[in-house]
Amino acid sequence: MFGGYGAADILQDCTIAIDKGEVVVVVGPNGAGKSTAMKALFGMLNLRKGSVFFNGEEITSMLPQERVRLGMGFVPQNSNVFTSMTVEENLEMGAFIRRDDYSESIAQVFRLFPALEEKRSQPAGELSGGQRQQVAVGRALMTNPDVLMLDEPTAGVSPIVMDELFDRILEVAKTGIAVIMVEQNARQALEIADRGYVLVQGQNRYSDTGAALLADQNVRKAFLGG
Amino acid sequence: MTERWRNSLLFAGMAALLVAVGVFQSSNLALAILNLCLISAIMTLGVNIQWGYAGLFNAGVMGFTALGGLAAVIISVPPVTEAWTAGGVRAVSGLCLGVLAIALGILTWKKLALNKTARGWASALIVVIGVVVMRWVIDPAVEAIEAVEPAKTGFLGGFGLPIMFAWMAGGALAALAAWAIGKISLGLRSDYLAIATLGISEIIIYILKNEDWLARGVKNVNGLSRPVPYEIELQSTLWVQSLASRIDINLIELSSIIVKLCYAGLFVVVLALIYWLSERALRSPWGRMMRAIRDNEIAAGAMGKNVTSRHLQVFILGSAVIGIAGAMLTTLDGIFTPSTYQPLRFTFLVWVMVIVGGSGNNLGSILGGFVIWFFWIEAEPLGLGLISFLTSSMAEDSPIRIHLLQNAAYTRYITMGAVLLLVLRFSPRGLIPERNR
Amino acid sequence: MIDILNALALLANFVIVPALAYGSQLALGALGVTMIYAVLRFSNFAHGETMSFGAMISVLATWGLQEAGITIGSLPTALLALPISIIATVCVCLLFDRLVYRYYRTQKAAPVTYLIISVGVLFVLSGVIRFIIGPKDQIFADGQRFILKARAFKEMTGLDQGLAIKTTQGVTVVTAVVIVALLFWFLNRTRTGKSMRAYSDNEELALLSGINPARVVMITWIITGALAAIAGTLYGLDKGYKPFTYLGLVLPIFSAAIVGGVGNPVGAIFGGFVIAFSEMLLTFAYKRVIAYLTPGDWVPDGLMQLLATDYKLAVSFVILVIVLLIKPTGMFSGKTL
Repeated sequence: MFGGYGAADILQDCTIAIDKGEVVVVVGPNGAGKSTAMKALFGMLNLRKGSVFFNGEEITSMLPQERVRLGMGFVPQNSNVFTSMTVEENLEMGAFIRRDDYSESIAQVFRLFPALEEKRSQPAGELSGGQRQQVAVGRALMTNPDVLMLDEPTAGVSPIVMDELFDRILEVAKTGIAVIMVEQNARQALEIADRGYVLVQGQNRYSDTGAALLADQNVRKAFLGG
Repeated sequence: MTERWRNSLLFAGMAALLVAVGVFQSSNLALAILNLCLISAIMTLGVNIQWGYAGLFNAGVMGFTALGGLAAVIISVPPVTEAWTAGGVRAVSGLCLGVLAIALGILTWKKLALNKTARGWASALIVVIGVVVMRWVIDPAVEAIEAVEPAKTGFLGGFGLPIMFAWMAGGALAALAAWAIGKISLGLRSDYLAIATLGISEIIIYILKNEDWLARGVKNVNGLSRPVPYEIELQSTLWVQSLASRIDINLIELSSIIVKLCYAGLFVVVLALIYWLSERALRSPWGRMMRAIRDNEIAAGAMGKNVTSRHLQVFILGSAVIGIAGAMLTTLDGIFTPSTYQPLRFTFLVWVMVIVGGSGNNLGSILGGFVIWFFWIEAEPLGLGLISFLTSSMAEDSPIRIHLLQNAAYTRYITMGAVLLLVLRFSPRGLIPERNR
Repeated sequence: MIDILNALALLANFVIVPALAYGSQLALGALGVTMIYAVLRFSNFAHGETMSFGAMISVLATWGLQEAGITIGSLPTALLALPISIIATVCVCLLFDRLVYRYYRTQKAAPVTYLIISVGVLFVLSGVIRFIIGPKDQIFADGQRFILKARAFKEMTGLDQGLAIKTTQGVTVVTAVVIVALLFWFLNRTRTGKSMRAYSDNEELALLSGINPARVVMITWIITGALAAIAGTLYGLDKGYKPFTYLGLVLPIFSAAIVGGVGNPVGAIFGGFVIAFSEMLLTFAYKRVIAYLTPGDWVPDGLMQLLATDYKLAVSFVILVIVLLIKPTGMFSGKTL
């Protein structure tokens, strides 16, 4: 992918790929283009050059709404819940494009995030940061996606909540959903990752399995604090 | 160079239209339209100062115009001494009391060292008590004043000064009101500023219509003095009579034309002055700063510019210009009629002038004032002609035809609305766009 | 005791009942304005004229029905004309959206641009209305005039003060209650309604959830058009149809919407009644009420009126200003500035 927000390209020949059931983590320093790559994959910015494929089909010119219908779920970093609507309504909105009975999906989300079940009738804006993230992820899961894309899901969240969130993400991946995560908390993210991409200045600098990246001296020194 | 050519062509076109009216309809009509065009141009300049320089949407043009007219009355009408002795002092002091009460209320709200609810109740209480006291003081005075020859006067009258002062006073009164209004509403978002100014202007008109002791309310004040000679005077002077016979024009018509020409001359002087001042201001460092603020308010604020106070300056200046135009309008009419101040005719029509002329450009505002006023007036006969033509196939006395012909005048609302929408869509920068410096 | 009842009857007759009716009309108008603001994010100055248009169609349809001899007995025939008016008004709203507003959504125009555009729409609508029906007053209420006559009330209760309830007032309140209930059911219990709330809450996230923005916009205009037609017709029934007055309604309606919290439907209703009751309470002449409530025969000198009746508009405006200065998000926290 080559692309950016304006005249200057942020992404310089960046490539990201994922298979079913994998957990892929994208890390890198600030301004490396991680979130930009994510948005590009989802169609929220135009690529100057390059393409996006889903299940073998090219979807480069598809609108984000259409990609949702295909089976891509996206959890933005900010403003990712409907604050004035209850938890349950948020999940219902997630299932908006579905025409089938989604009560099983809601039950699944509540199994995944038990704390949300108690608060199902509370407006999402009144929840704590960690619970809001859960609602955000839950909403995206309701679209019954094949790929779940998360933009810095643990930003601004306490360490315990972060661990819990990563556990849940693993559980999600176990159900066969591919998970792409952009993360600042590189070490913890790579620990649960099958594969990782380290982006620097819009380019792939290192690509390998999670464990390998964790062990790599260069990666550790530059991004993981030795 | 092409810009100058283009502008000259546009203005020449406008002039040609006016001449055409003079030739095909009547010179009197053409001059009457010209005078109102000039006044509209000044009003548009005022609105443009607020919109083009600072992006403020003032939906209360009508109110400021009316205040200008009020100033014309207050300055030029001679005082009604009987009314003053009957209750003038008491009425004025009552008014001051009312203002004091409101000021005290605001002060309490800002300074009292209690929590928000307590402060709120305290201020509200002070204001309510103030209003009650004011009513107690002012009511009998008002009754007495209005009882003094209600058919002819029934109000306080004015200062009896020459009418030219009225124009400046109009600007001053409008500026004062703008200061108060601006202080209240300028921190608000653009929509809310529009609603607030709309509301205030409606209240101003209400007050003018109802407080008879101030300006006779809906009984109107007529016979206002004027800075140009009266037609009757002219008709009895020799040089006018000889001119009439030489050019072969009816004497009465000639006198009317001369009066209008005098007004036109005065108005052109005022317009030129205001235009020149506005252009100087626009090119000055102050003007540049204003436009910088308009284009990026957040950045300007971050650089330490006090955005709200700058907006207040612009708001006051623009309103002052509108007030001057209002005073000029009342002088031209010779009558102060509060019920003619309608939001459609004043506020919104002037906005069409600003947009069509070219927002942000003073020359554009003048052109817009001319063009839109011209078409507003001419749309009435044109609309009538159009409807007559369209219904010509119907029977002469068909009720539908009669009804449609009766209401043909309203087609000009549709035309104006369509003009505004079309210009905004296809040529949003207007006839004479803002110049990027 | 009986004096207190008399005072209450007086208040009910001149303040409470009219304020309930007027408040319902304002609430319906404010609901329309608030929905446009919530979804399309601009202040629609043309809403007053939209209401006037709806009322006009009702008037014309009512005349047609009356000529054809169709009535509903004691209720105003205008109620039968209402569906026609709703359809016509909705069509006009959708037409203007398609021809005018839609373009600016693609341009991501600033809110003040939309405001100016709505002024253009206002011009066109007012011209069309006056052209079709003329500027004069039209009375089109028919059927039984009063649900409760003053005399009947006096006979029933034996009080000195009568309480009259006009049919139009009753119709207004009942219709308003029904419509509001329907609207809230729609917004809170149906998938489409919830999708509109979601779109209003967070546009980008709504798009990401697959909510179709064009559909949301269309439904918003349909609801607003219907509300405008109903509110305009009820107002015209109650007070007589005068085209010029609807422009003046813009101010109390916006005041109501903002006071309640613009963008919040509950707020719009609350605001409508706050404005209506304030207007009536602050301009009412309390002379007789005070006379009833004070012991003995003492009657106060003046009218005991805080503000002249003509200042009703000023009341709604002052309330608006106070709310804007103290709590701009309104009582129910609508969308912030």
